[in-house]
Amino acid sequence: MSVAASAAAPDAVVLRAEQIGKAYPGTIALHAVDFEVRRGAVNVLVGENGAGKSTLMKILAGVEQPDSGRLWLDGRGVSFASVNDAASHGIGIVFQELNLCPNLSVAENIFLGHPSVRLGIDIDTGDHAAKARALMRRLEHAIEPDALVGDLRIAQQQIVEIAKALAQDARILIMDEPTSALSATEVEILFRVIAELKAAGVAIVYISHRLEELVRIGDTVTVLRDGRLQARAEMRDVDIPWLIQQMVGTIEAPATQAATRSDAAPLLALERVTLRNPHGGFLVDGVTLAVAPGEVVGLYGLLGAGRSELFEVIIGAQPDAEGSVRLAGQELAGLPIAARIRRGVALVPEDRQREGLVQSLSVAANLTLASLWQYLRGLAIDGARERGAVARTIRELLIKVSSPDVEVTALSGGNQQKVVIGKALLTRPRLLLLDEPGRGIDVGAKAEVFRTMRRLGADGLGVMFATSDLKEVMAVADRIVVMAGGRVTGDFLRHDATEERLVACANQGAAASAGTIG
Amino acid sequence: MSNSLDLPLVGPRRVRRTSPVLLLLSLRTLIALFVVLAFFSATAPNFLALETLILLAKHVSINAFLAIGMTFVVITGGIDLSVGSIVGLSGMVAGGLLDRGVPLSWFHVTLFPDVPVVIVVAVAVGVLVGALNGVLVTWLSVAPFIATLGTLYIARGAALLISGGETFPNLVGRAEYHNMGFPILGAGTVLGIPVSVVALVVVSAIAAYIAARTPFGRQVYAVGGNERAALLSGVPVNRVKLTVYMISGACAAFAGLIVASELVSAHPASGETFELNAIAATVLGGTSLAGGRGTIWGTIIGAFVIGILGDGLVMLGVSSFWQMVIKGAVIIAAVVLDQLQRRMQRRMAIQAQAA
Repeated sequence: MSVAASAAAPDAVVLRAEQIGKAYPGTIALHAVDFEVRRGAVNVLVGENGAGKSTLMKILAGVEQPDSGRLWLDGRGVSFASVNDAASHGIGIVFQELNLCPNLSVAENIFLGHPSVRLGIDIDTGDHAAKARALMRRLEHAIEPDALVGDLRIAQQQIVEIAKALAQDARILIMDEPTSALSATEVEILFRVIAELKAAGVAIVYISHRLEELVRIGDTVTVLRDGRLQARAEMRDVDIPWLIQQMVGTIEAPATQAATRSDAAPLLALERVTLRNPHGGFLVDGVTLAVAPGEVVGLYGLLGAGRSELFEVIIGAQPDAEGSVRLAGQELAGLPIAARIRRGVALVPEDRQREGLVQSLSVAANLTLASLWQYLRGLAIDGARERGAVARTIRELLIKVSSPDVEVTALSGGNQQKVVIGKALLTRPRLLLLDEPGRGIDVGAKAEVFRTMRRLGADGLGVMFATSDLKEVMAVADRIVVMAGGRVTGDFLRHDATEERLVACANQGAAASAGTIG
Repeated sequence: MSNSLDLPLVGPRRVRRTSPVLLLLSLRTLIALFVVLAFFSATAPNFLALETLILLAKHVSINAFLAIGMTFVVITGGIDLSVGSIVGLSGMVAGGLLDRGVPLSWFHVTLFPDVPVVIVVAVAVGVLVGALNGVLVTWLSVAPFIATLGTLYIARGAALLISGGETFPNLVGRAEYHNMGFPILGAGTVLGIPVSVVALVVVSAIAAYIAARTPFGRQVYAVGGNERAALLSGVPVNRVKLTVYMISGACAAFAGLIVASELVSAHPASGETFELNAIAATVLGGTSLAGGRGTIWGTIIGAFVIGILGDGLVMLGVSSFWQMVIKGAVIIAAVVLDQLQRRMQRRMAIQAQAA
């Protein structure tokens, strides 16, 4: 790469993606998206979870191939068959989920894909160690090249991941949430490195959920929403509210009932619920909380605040949890998941594909999986009763499906989410827990899901939902509980809550938890 | 299936009707069955004679019993390599009880149990080995391949230890001990049909019913399809896994009884490599080794395809060396076609959506 050349044309587009489309079974991740990467600039890509950012990055880095559309590199049409292919064109990527081999050393990981060798076969370990040490110095981290990656803390592993991309002399460097595990000082160091790279003419593609970061270091911003290109702008022309507006759109806010703190006997009472982190510290740290029947409680917090873990404790998926979980006065602690479901707790997990659906089963079998006991006649499932329940649920939740016998993967993301919710509702719960119920589904489906949650609350169910989306929690919840670092750091009635107060509470424990990591 | 519910059919998201190619692919095992039947009835003399077919069903029944149990295990995403050894062990347990009885040395008497008791004990031994497999796989988190490889050796060793490697011959029982009748299992008939074939019909019907219509069956599929999702839906994952290995052990033990009864003797090495035939029948029948998919009927058809292929080739005088080559090729072809079908289904689902 040549500094002179990049200085001559600082704003030149080095990589252009044109009309990129990509479909997976069940979802269309990208619809004809255009994206431009400028040399010597930080090109920010934002969007909510499921907006298609990661898919687009995977296509740019050769991990996935697009179904339609073209890539132009320096004005020439290109297609990348693999990550190595993209790397040979000067494109490097720092993945969101760490892609390191824990059984290999730092240096071995950094040079895994492109080792320097003598005589074509003998790995030059001395050269690797020296180069790795130099990279670590540049990143201002004292990580030994010989250290096993598995022995490093997550933040250090992320540094190694960044070093791995730097080692390839990438002209275009894609960073997918590079700061998610870094402490404030580590983020500052990373930003200095980014500034250096920028000055050297490297094009950076930067993805993050932390909007303040983006506004600070971004030069251009592209917003994706539901797999489509939503907006493109110069970062200096925009601010955070604009970004949020573009990312989220306007949530069709269902009329919230006049919320008052209910004096009724609590439906759910948590007392000093604690879950230890096997790697030290706490995932859930002494949470005491009550939910009244008919209340819709939003559980707001940043990534890693302990919301999902709290839900797992309530449903019984964390047998090592301590503390008391009472449903309508009955102690649930110690009971297996099935018994808790029978008593009226249901969970809609965060990760639909990994935790919500059985991909090899039909829509009908997925819907009734958690409530099979209701359709028994003798020892067998009564087909007519099961079909009746399935048909009713499909109708009530407006699940779009040609037949209940279709495999569940053939449905769109929003309809798959409705199947998971339907499965929970068929257990006739008194308390419904939803973990990020709006994630990765289109705006229309999202509004329907939120309407359903409000309706269930009005029917007298206790509804608790976790979200990291401010707009969502403000629009849907009667009461907002904020978590940070495993603790409850705020508890507001909706009309007392402001975005500023929620954000402040969500960041309260963040300093503390960064301290335990760093 | 037609749209039996009164639902708005949304055009673009609607899954397209099955194409003819896909239909053929999905019926491949059944087609394979008719192809081998047609081929051998054309080439081998008397192949379609009733006696030949009955004999064939009798041959198939042993592998089919093993494969039924194997199917439950494989649907959960596991595998059971110990079934062949359980065949040997259960035969030896039955042989020992019939031939030597249970010596109660304190009382200086030897107890000779009745045949039904012998059968129950032998099957119970199979269930016990299965339970050991289940405990290893669930609570001790041993990979199913390794856990059942270990019990493969243990059960085989136990079978050899029972007699010190000797065969128990002539298991007809003695009138004075009231333990006669064991050979009926292998040689008896009901209305001209061998007992083992009748037993196969009954067991496979029960197994198919369990798989398709009971909560336990549904849970077996769910555990194999997505264990985490099943767990969060209240499926007792460990208990389901334990149960499938126990079912597999019971089926294998029953097959061992039939083998011993047919030979009227129990040999500790019997059942060696039977596990491979059982896995072959299961896979041929469309059960995915990745878990979550498969049917009992498919497995039965798969067992028949393998059995007919074996018997037919013998009748044609094809060398046993070539038989092995052909059997291997058929199994590989089945899995390749299975992958082809998966890929086509996936592509059609995407197309249906993108349209």
